[in-house]
Amino acid sequence: MNILALESSGLVASAAIVTEEKLIAEYTTNFKKTHSQTLLPMTDAILKMTGIDISEIDAVAVSGGPGSFTGLRIGSATAKGLAMVLDIPVISVPTVDALAWNLCGSADLVCPLMDARRDQVYTGIYEFRDGKMICLQQQEAVSILDVIGQLNGLGRKVVFLGDGVPRFRASLEQNLTVSFAFAPVHLAAQRAGTLGSLALQYYKEGRTQTAAEHHPEYLRKSQAERELEEKKHEK
Amino acid sequence: MNKDVTILAIESSCDETAAAVVRNGREVLSNIIYSQIDLHTVFGGVVPEIASRKHIEKINPVIEAALKEAGIGFADMDAVAVTYGPGLVGALLVGVAEAKAIAYAAKKPLVPVHHIEGHISANYIDNPDLVPPFLCMVVSGGHTHLVVVEDYGKYKILGRTHDDAAGEAFDKVARAIGLGYPGGPKIDRAAKEGNADAIAFPRAHIKDAPLDFSFSGLKSAVLNYLNGCRMKGIEINTADVAASFQKSVVDVIVDHTMQAARMTGIKKVALAGGVASNSALRAAMQEACRRRNYTFYRPTPLLCTDNAAMIGSAAYYDYMNGKRADLDLNAVPGLKLGQY
Repeated sequence: MNILALESSGLVASAAIVTEEKLIAEYTTNFKKTHSQTLLPMTDAILKMTGIDISEIDAVAVSGGPGSFTGLRIGSATAKGLAMVLDIPVISVPTVDALAWNLCGSADLVCPLMDARRDQVYTGIYEFRDGKMICLQQQEAVSILDVIGQLNGLGRKVVFLGDGVPRFRASLEQNLTVSFAFAPVHLAAQRAGTLGSLALQYYKEGRTQTAAEHHPEYLRKSQAERELEEKKHEK
Repeated sequence: MNKDVTILAIESSCDETAAAVVRNGREVLSNIIYSQIDLHTVFGGVVPEIASRKHIEKINPVIEAALKEAGIGFADMDAVAVTYGPGLVGALLVGVAEAKAIAYAAKKPLVPVHHIEGHISANYIDNPDLVPPFLCMVVSGGHTHLVVVEDYGKYKILGRTHDDAAGEAFDKVARAIGLGYPGGPKIDRAAKEGNADAIAFPRAHIKDAPLDFSFSGLKSAVLNYLNGCRMKGIEINTADVAASFQKSVVDVIVDHTMQAARMTGIKKVALAGGVASNSALRAAMQEACRRRNYTFYRPTPLLCTDNAAMIGSAAYYDYMNGKRADLDLNAVPGLKLGQY
């Protein structure tokens, strides 16, 4: 069971091959090149390096959103193209869930923060119990103060990760009443290895899609649609 | 080379999600177009983010339908072709990422195609006898180019717009006179009921660049005329405005094309692009060519709008010329014709 995992929801581009036994290969860059230029060449590089032919891949896992709209679509279109030709399923893993899975086994609450612009974060709240990840707050787009309020209410220590940390660090330090920590750099951002590992569970649970069905979940409407709704509201 | 070359082509540069299978550059085995136009009408124009979202939802079904109609599988194709510019970057990226993944998984070469080259090549599909060299006037919502097609894949631009594209002027004027979006077909229809000589709108000629175009002055002239009427309380005849505006655009396009033919000595003239389906432009260009004994070519209206069959046609000649893209192919929203 070879899963090819693709992650391009944020600044990181990452590709990995994951089986039930091991993470065979992972290639992660956090660099300025566009995902269109990196994602497929990185995939090709790890396949070549490990001598696995693309036809030996059994499912394609992809970061299903939220994230950069364009980044999500590059990952999604790549997954859809590969899965359509190879006639294999797509496993769409919620981006924030996959980020939380980076800290699998944490005794504290885990709260990924992705900078969603417009003074919002894409976030969720997770805990780990008996080796299982339990979602206390499903991924959503909210203001940082909303998340902080929720965490203060839960009253437990929390670990933060994600590209929203530097952006909102000051606000966290100022407003949190619970103790908190930040993940180290190697666990702080999206990684395809983590995504693939979580995707394996999804696969076993039958949570797969066809290549045609799959599209990203943005958690946010386009600006034009929001403005149109606001206009209608004013009338 | 007697072997047939079958190409799967993908186009997603604006608001049409399209896929086609084309054999040997001229034979269209399938041509599937999902038009999003209804989604954008409420916004008065194409919204890039909405277009990109729709592309990712529709691209697989559209490709599958194109293969099914052509009766082929991925293993039967010789190459995958995709539009990589110019266009909306987010929209282009969907097609580019998808095409790269398909080519990679199917182990077939990938051919990158320029959108305008596609529009020009639509003429090869509908006119089996057309071979370069010929003159081609490309007019669409985003482009106004007067091009010499010197050979397959070899272009020389003689004239281009300095501001608005011709189709853009149609959209803006249509909005101003309340016809709505998309402006091209709506003005075309309204103009049929109007007097094209009712209002004297300007024909822009650019000093030192006789084959270039400018439509923003014309657009302003129409807006000024409308304002003037409103201020003076004169009733606006929409059909007359549409017809007079359209004639002004058509006159300039035909005039410049005929000048280019005279300068180059090329006696074959083609139209291409979305505005090439405008009935007044087709009729005027045909008549101008007939009077001078030039041969006039144009694609059927279906192949004038954005489609993937034209990309498959252009890709065939690029493929034969050995043009290939690597896995790091990116979308190039401002791609110039003849620049690779």
